[in-house]
Amino acid sequence: MIDVTDLRVTFGQGADAVAAVQGVSFAVRAGESFGLVGESGSGKSTVLRAVVGLNHDWTGSIAVDGAAQGRRREKGFFKSCQMVFQDPYGSLHPRHTIDRILAEPIAIHGLRDADARIDRVLRDVGLGPQFRFRYPHQLSGGQRQRVAIARALVLEPRVLLLDEPTSALDVSVQAEILNLLKRLRAEHALTYVLVSHNLAVVATMCDRLAVMNRGRIVEEMDVEALRRGAAREDYTRQLLRASQGYDRAAADSFKDFA
Amino acid sequence: MMQTTEGGLRAWLTAETPQSRGQARLGRVYLGWLAFSRNRLAMIGLGIVLLLVLMAALAPLLAPYDPYRQDLSQRLLPPSAAHWLGTDAFGRDILSRILYGSRLTLMIVALVAVTAPVAGLLIGTVAGYLGGWADAALMRVTDIFLAFPKLILALAFVSALGPGIENAIIAIAITSWPPYARIARAETITIRKSDFISAVRLQGASTPRIILGHVVPLCSSSLIVRVTLDMAGIILTAAGLGFLGLGAQPPAPEWGAMIATGRQYVLEQWWVATMPGIAIFVVSLGFNLLGDGLRDVLDPKGK
Repeated sequence: MIDVTDLRVTFGQGADAVAAVQGVSFAVRAGESFGLVGESGSGKSTVLRAVVGLNHDWTGSIAVDGAAQGRRREKGFFKSCQMVFQDPYGSLHPRHTIDRILAEPIAIHGLRDADARIDRVLRDVGLGPQFRFRYPHQLSGGQRQRVAIARALVLEPRVLLLDEPTSALDVSVQAEILNLLKRLRAEHALTYVLVSHNLAVVATMCDRLAVMNRGRIVEEMDVEALRRGAAREDYTRQLLRASQGYDRAAADSFKDFA
Repeated sequence: MMQTTEGGLRAWLTAETPQSRGQARLGRVYLGWLAFSRNRLAMIGLGIVLLLVLMAALAPLLAPYDPYRQDLSQRLLPPSAAHWLGTDAFGRDILSRILYGSRLTLMIVALVAVTAPVAGLLIGTVAGYLGGWADAALMRVTDIFLAFPKLILALAFVSALGPGIENAIIAIAITSWPPYARIARAETITIRKSDFISAVRLQGASTPRIILGHVVPLCSSSLIVRVTLDMAGIILTAAGLGFLGLGAQPPAPEWGAMIATGRQYVLEQWWVATMPGIAIFVVSLGFNLLGDGLRDVLDPKGK
């Protein structure tokens, strides 16, 4: 479904250039849920933004649904591939009602029966019709993230890219959103690419994952290996240990992996 | 759906769960109105502006005399029961001239308000959203306009176009858009990188759609505030051009021109220049108070 080969992304030019992604390759099969894990600044979100076309300055090759993608995306591409952002407080237009937010993609693509689509997608994400004409500031963080997921689903895409979809939410709401995402994936046969720094989230959501550090993929493993703690690389082992909570002895033993 | 009692209407407007697009929009307007009406000075400003509109609309009914009729036997009379605000050098009733003059003032304000901010908004949002070459080119043009003092540039335009109220309006509009472009560009740059703009780009929206549907609505509230606050300056510039003989031409009852003709009598017949001066002062104050109140309601940073 998604094939990324030797992806490189550099920000800035000359002496200030930062190589955020340095030769990343991975493949995601149709219907699979793939996790990209790593600490802050490892380049995982940058990979996602390049795949979806928000970032134009990349080299390498990206293919989605068998079609090689250029730097600018066709309008049709967005019908098959959508993204959910990390911060539900920043990803909804503050002056638009939920109705307007969900109607926009339908209008852009000239689809019909907007009312039925909006009703269906709101019900799909567990929000009733009473939310339809509210403004984002009248909603909680979890409800906003549901709206953001609904917006991504309105066009009935096959691939959903999730950029830390729960890290801005508190723990009880996190679980609700993760369950919702699991259910939606089963119901709509979606392919997920999930970016997260939270190994527990990836362990519940994904079939396979890749660990990134400093713009490179360090290790690919399936989620069974993650649960057993069977990591080949030192960096992954350190990440696993760090994810088990704060421990002074562990923190002191941490190394910098260049 | 719409209840008849006042309590029902308020409940309908403030409903947590609006049932339709219209209800959601009206509810938002109502909440804004509640915030605005709590500000007493802003309400005074709104009252003055509404009064100006009423004066302009009802001038023929309110004015006791024809503003153009000269009567040299009645010239330079002080305020009295017959002529509440006195008469000018041609024996024309000053109150009637001020009432009719409000039409000119309102026309200037309205025409400048629908041209300059719209042009500034479009130029600023396009420059800010596209960035790069478009930004550099559009903002350098803006800088050139900003480099001249406003009144001097307006004077230059009017002397090139010829004196008259229409040309004065054009000159004021041409000289007042650059600050709006600056504001709109600055706001656009902060909005451009936000996730909700990325999200709409990911839906395949075209650039004009993003600028008009998503960026402009967020810039326009701070622009409306700025325009209202600038109204006083626009009225003063128009009056200044009238005073210099480059705006409205005699015998049009434009307030600035009225002050200019009253200048020679200012020591003995003070009312000839003072009455239109007070009118300009009150209207400018009204727009300033209104702008302050609008800022409290519309400025997104206040929320």
